[in-house]
Amino acid sequence: MLTYLVRRLIGTVPVVLMISLFVFLLLHAAPGDPADMLVSDQASAQDIKEARERWGIDQPIHIQYWRFLVSAVTGDFGRSFKYDEPVMVLVAQRFPATLELAFFATLIAICLGVPLGILASSRPNSWFDNVSSVGGFFGVSMPNFWLAIMLILLVSGYFNLLPSGGRNTFGVPGEPITGFLILDSLVTRDWAALQDAAKYLVLPSIVLGVNMTGLLMRMTRSSMLEVLSEDYIMTARAKGLSERAVIWSHALKNARIMIITVVGLEFGALISGSIIVESVFSWPGIGQLLLAGITARDYPLITGLVLVYTCLFIVVNLVVDLLYAATDPRIRLGG
Amino acid sequence: MLQRTPVSGLAAEAVINVPSRRNRLRRALRPWLNFKAVTGATILLALVLCALFAPQLAPFDPNKQDLMKAMTPPQYFSGPHFFGTDHVGRDLLSRLIYGARVSLTIAGAVVLISGAIGITLGIISGYFGGRIDFLIQKLVEVVWAFPPLLIAIAILAFLGQGLGNLILALTLQRWIPYARVVRAEAMILREREFVVAARSIGAGHARILVKHLLPNLIQSALVIGTFAMAAAIIAEAALSFLGLGVPPSIPTWGSMLADGRAYVSTSWWMSLFPGLWIFATVLAINMLGDALRDNLDPKMKRKK
Repeated sequence: MLTYLVRRLIGTVPVVLMISLFVFLLLHAAPGDPADMLVSDQASAQDIKEARERWGIDQPIHIQYWRFLVSAVTGDFGRSFKYDEPVMVLVAQRFPATLELAFFATLIAICLGVPLGILASSRPNSWFDNVSSVGGFFGVSMPNFWLAIMLILLVSGYFNLLPSGGRNTFGVPGEPITGFLILDSLVTRDWAALQDAAKYLVLPSIVLGVNMTGLLMRMTRSSMLEVLSEDYIMTARAKGLSERAVIWSHALKNARIMIITVVGLEFGALISGSIIVESVFSWPGIGQLLLAGITARDYPLITGLVLVYTCLFIVVNLVVDLLYAATDPRIRLGG
Repeated sequence: MLQRTPVSGLAAEAVINVPSRRNRLRRALRPWLNFKAVTGATILLALVLCALFAPQLAPFDPNKQDLMKAMTPPQYFSGPHFFGTDHVGRDLLSRLIYGARVSLTIAGAVVLISGAIGITLGIISGYFGGRIDFLIQKLVEVVWAFPPLLIAIAILAFLGQGLGNLILALTLQRWIPYARVVRAEAMILREREFVVAARSIGAGHARILVKHLLPNLIQSALVIGTFAMAAAIIAEAALSFLGLGVPPSIPTWGSMLADGRAYVSTSWWMSLFPGLWIFATVLAINMLGDALRDNLDPKMKRKK
């Protein structure tokens, strides 16, 4: 296991290098001279020359890439033009919000999708199966940015039940400890803050989790149906186990690997989706930061965030592979 | 054939005789006559017609502004503006009909280009193996390491918006699923007797790839292509929604939704209908894809 982990980590190095090169080249393919962005309109040729020297963009391109790489490894992506703060500081401030949202979206998807899929598979072709199959289709095909607007319109606007945006009511939570509001309020036993944060979290995490919920429903159903027709399930039934025991402890154990696969596969879509969901719900995460950076043509910020997102994605994929090995004894890593 | 119920002469004849042409047609169509396939195909066909005949079908010029009529609520059959108008008085229905052009064109182009790239690389990778396979698989690994959509956002952010950049941005990652599946199937196919036989009578690599492997791969590619089309439509709408897609002068469902979002508290129809069209389109294509997979995927056939 450990050798596998080390090998996988070494294996990601060329991938990350290629990605950094790609982002760097994109940065340079952008139309216009970056120096124009750094100086005012009235700058003289001398000013522009000085700015180019100061930011190192007068150097040949391979030296620029090398500098970019060295500082990126140390976590330094430069200063944001727009916020005039180091990119890493900005990312660190907002990263917990995005992770919290992604975590609860995944949680909702698993808690809804898997049981519904199991129920549907235990009574194939019943009315429940048919309804949930349509629901699964709807979930998979739902454009989540539209669902977000419709839920804001209905739940926040019409019924006025939940807030339509933001992460908490101003002044409610105490000092941030980890930046994860739910976790912070649990640790400090601040129930008012917990309730407040949960209220803001409900809609965005439902919206973000809807595609994964649909996919999990469909995949759980089909993989359960496959497992339930196997011989060992017949054996379990023949020896007199209750249907509940057969489904929840015998069959589900084998469907678990599929759940991990789906969550792993969908996590990329979840991260991308979070960019849009954050924008609709004014959720102060890195997705919103990215869009703000794009509007302001804040290249250091965009570059840093693309790399942060990609690294997050790579880490999640690695964790999924390790979870595979931990859940399925048939998979042996290493060698 | 066991027939317990008495059959009329004509029906019995049909059963006993060699299937007539009409019967054969019916048999070939049977797997496609289910709810999923028919609904999906009908909606998609309607949208293709909308896209083709947009100038004839749309009651108004999609870009004609009329501030006097701004934010007219949906009138359905009681007035000229079926779905109402937007914040500058443009007819929503006309914009939706024209929007089908953009969505289907972009998604179609993305699916075709990425399909061509993916199938070519996949078939080469699977058939030849060795060093070529290794290189292509490394490329797949790197491109796949990007979260989807983020790569598109990055490209559009740096290169600027526009139809060409949008298609490029979406194509860059969508060829991967084709390449993976086609590679796996090509690896199995190259060991099959008919390929070995073709090689033994002196067929060249190009001939084997095109004449023997490709026809056997096209069905799986078609299934992937259908789902890729749905994904491309969502992605295009999402990018246009973020203002990164096509220029604002072209009506698209995504940018209409972005307009609607700003006026959601006063004019709900501006965001309800564009989203509904996107949703219906994606749903229809996904249903069609599911039906295709049920009928074409060899794995599903074996299960039956």
